Amino acid sequence: MTKVNITIDGQKIAARPGSTVLEAAQEVGIDIPTLCYHPALPPEGACRVCLVEIERQRTLQPACTFPATEGMVVHTCSEKVVEARKFVLELLLSDHPLDCMTCEMNGNCELQDLAYEYGIKETRFPGEQHTYLVDDPNPFIERDYNKCILCRRCVRACSYMNGVEAIGVMHRGFQAKIGTAFDGYLEDSPCEFCGMCVAVCPTGALTPKQRKGKGREWEFKKVTTLCSYCGVGCQIDLNIKDGRIIQATSHWDGPANHGWTCVKGRFGWDYVHHPDRLTKPLIKKDGAFVEATWDEALDLVASKFREVKEKDGADAFGALSSAKCTNEENYVMQKFARAVMGTNNVDHCARL
Amino acid sequence: MTGLVTAFGSGAMTNSLDDIANDAQVYFIIGSNTTENHPVLGMRIRQAVKQRGAKLIVCDPRSIPITEFATLHIRQKPGTDIALLNGIMHVLIAEGLYDKKFVEERTEGLEELKAKVMEYPPERASEICSITPEEIIEAAHLLAKNRPGALLYAMGITQHTTGHQNVLSCANLQMLLGNMGVPGGGVNPLRGQVNVQGACDMGALVNVYPGYQKVAGPAMREKFEKAWGVPLSDKVGITLVEMLNKAEKGEIKAMYIMGENPMVSDPDVNHVEKCLKSLDFLVLQDIFLTETAALADVVLPGPSFAEKDGTFTNTERRIQFVRQAIDPPGEARQDWWISGEIARRMGYDGLAYNSPREIMDEINCLTPIYGGITWDRIGTQGLQWPCSNAEHQGTPILHVGRFSRGLGHFSAVDWLPPTEEPDEQYPFIFTTGRVLYHFHTGSMSRRSEGLDAIYPEAMVELNPEDASRLGIADGQMVKVSSRRGEVTARAEVSGKVEPGVVFMAWHFAEAAANKLTIAALDPTAKIPEYKVCAVKVEAAA
Repeated sequence: MTKVNITIDGQKIAARPGSTVLEAAQEVGIDIPTLCYHPALPPEGACRVCLVEIERQRTLQPACTFPATEGMVVHTCSEKVVEARKFVLELLLSDHPLDCMTCEMNGNCELQDLAYEYGIKETRFPGEQHTYLVDDPNPFIERDYNKCILCRRCVRACSYMNGVEAIGVMHRGFQAKIGTAFDGYLEDSPCEFCGMCVAVCPTGALTPKQRKGKGREWEFKKVTTLCSYCGVGCQIDLNIKDGRIIQATSHWDGPANHGWTCVKGRFGWDYVHHPDRLTKPLIKKDGAFVEATWDEALDLVASKFREVKEKDGADAFGALSSAKCTNEENYVMQKFARAVMGTNNVDHCARL
Repeated sequence: MTGLVTAFGSGAMTNSLDDIANDAQVYFIIGSNTTENHPVLGMRIRQAVKQRGAKLIVCDPRSIPITEFATLHIRQKPGTDIALLNGIMHVLIAEGLYDKKFVEERTEGLEELKAKVMEYPPERASEICSITPEEIIEAAHLLAKNRPGALLYAMGITQHTTGHQNVLSCANLQMLLGNMGVPGGGVNPLRGQVNVQGACDMGALVNVYPGYQKVAGPAMREKFEKAWGVPLSDKVGITLVEMLNKAEKGEIKAMYIMGENPMVSDPDVNHVEKCLKSLDFLVLQDIFLTETAALADVVLPGPSFAEKDGTFTNTERRIQFVRQAIDPPGEARQDWWISGEIARRMGYDGLAYNSPREIMDEINCLTPIYGGITWDRIGTQGLQWPCSNAEHQGTPILHVGRFSRGLGHFSAVDWLPPTEEPDEQYPFIFTTGRVLYHFHTGSMSRRSEGLDAIYPEAMVELNPEDASRLGIADGQMVKVSSRRGEVTARAEVSGKVEPGVVFMAWHFAEAAANKLTIAALDPTAKIPEYKVCAVKVEAAA
């Protein structure tokens, strides 16, 4: 297909037909700030942070929705653009608590980053601010709409990722607010707690309750791995601090899930830290388990298995491997049954 | 899986999640509660319906979340899938709507199939299924008009005494429609646990070595004897349920169980308990002291998914990395190390590995379908088997141009009633499944604070008509009993189930649905009939 030739900040670009100004700029590494835009969601054009100057256009235009057309000349950081951007940010901050020091998203907040970049310490527009109650008893998602910038990413995630459309924009103007039907609790809505709204929220409006007070963004080590539940094979990033999982976040490159998760993948990993975890080998003596050393336990198992094999034959032994274990662990288990015990009595609960 | 081997020559999901989500024009979901059990795929199918107008046929006795998005929801009586599928194929053949070119070029056995499905005109099929003939005709027309179409199933198809035939029937339908070997098509069994595909691939099955290489006969046995340096048995082993039965008889003396919890997961758990208690020696390797581990003689602490390196194979046959994020707690050790140590103490050094990577190297050498899936090639995107060598890019779609067995094989399949049908004493059909917020025996999800808070107890789904006749109110405690046991749980009176049907999720050990289920097995696939047995329901005292 013929490319669309446009010029951004003096750089000539052959853009893919159908791409927006933002996409064309991103492709060559020109940074245009955004807030409502998210690469995994359809564009909305709600926040106006990505306004750019396009020659022969009467007003500034949002780069995230404006299509790139042949011969277009775009300026992304002209004085006019920077002024407009600052103005938009000041307006957003005029109704946003400046409590970054205690906010969970400190260090991972796109609004904070832009305020820093444009040097906005305080707003010129002191006026009424929202004082919504932070009140939703669900076990997973903290909803603090005082920090909401109405970018509608969560609404789009609920519609275009999950699909249940549990939330939408209520009211208009200053009264506009994200909510469920009749502004109730998430548990009383069709919400399935997939957490995609949390994944895409650019500020601290939607955060996982699990991570509250557990650490700051820059303290987390992210490890890309797989969810442990169903067979879809979703990649997730476990966020680790001091040997503990603090939260699971989207890994957008996962081939099976492309960053999407369900409630179990995003919030259901905490069994890993449950106090019931087995930490020592146990041997049953007189009907009760007593802790043992690995040597004691392994020697006992080895001698009993040998005894069964020698006395009753290999087929008096059965092994159950596990659909929750890795390929390598399963390989070892079946090899144990076959090569060590000498039987093909090895199965797992594939059928259950 | 045995059904797909018979029909196609390979027992795995034929297509990939991406092409199913992006290219299917119609989805035929039968026996899969997709949005609750494979939620992210369920989400993707919802989007296909919402964003690009794909059609969605859901055949499920229950009203499940995905049925809200369905073009057509067929509520067949539990245990009547074959009659339904034969009925649909009757319409396709009788009206000449099937893909004649595909059938002619790529399949065999059409005449036998034709003869059989002709016995199932919509009028007869619908009567068996307790639905209307029009629903069957509409389904057939939707499938014929919208191609390619992806058929998805899960345990609702397989967990029957006729599970093998149910799968054959699904394969018949998709071959008849020419939906095989194309993006957006396929017969797609959705694997319910994170690595159930991998456990099968690795030969944690009684009849095959890794890569589905048969234990019977000398060829493969000799290959593995040479590789492993010991003589091997060519006698096909016995499956889980059979092992338990033989334990009861004293023929199985010792068991070694890793990460499984048959005391909640297996049918008729009262009987399972008796069997496990009959063992001389039981070893459990797990992360929790599960209901099964409590019966063990020795319990060995293993790692959770976050504490290990290795690979999982997902439902679309994609091998991806699991990466260790934290250390195992206390003295818990890696599973492969534990098994290797037991082997070493029994005098066998062939399991003394130093890392999962070393194990994968051995798998690569001995398993042709994993031959090219080496540690260095898996990367961030993984690889889909079959992938035979280091140049092979993996196989997103099976049976393109040719079935693994050559021609696709139609099997004439008859509907048979379930083993246990309702009667005067046990008048309800009992069926089981999972819910979104829990997983399997609950050993993990019930120890997740949020998941257990939002869905804390077992619910007994009961139709309002039945509930009012029995004088049971929504939220009231009820006793459900079968010939094998009884459980008490809270009633959820709703239209999710039709009159005469009772549903329970089986995650809850304290109200274990599997105390009620029947250990009747499919004779070929050896899968238990979890989806149908007979129960009675009464208000709990």
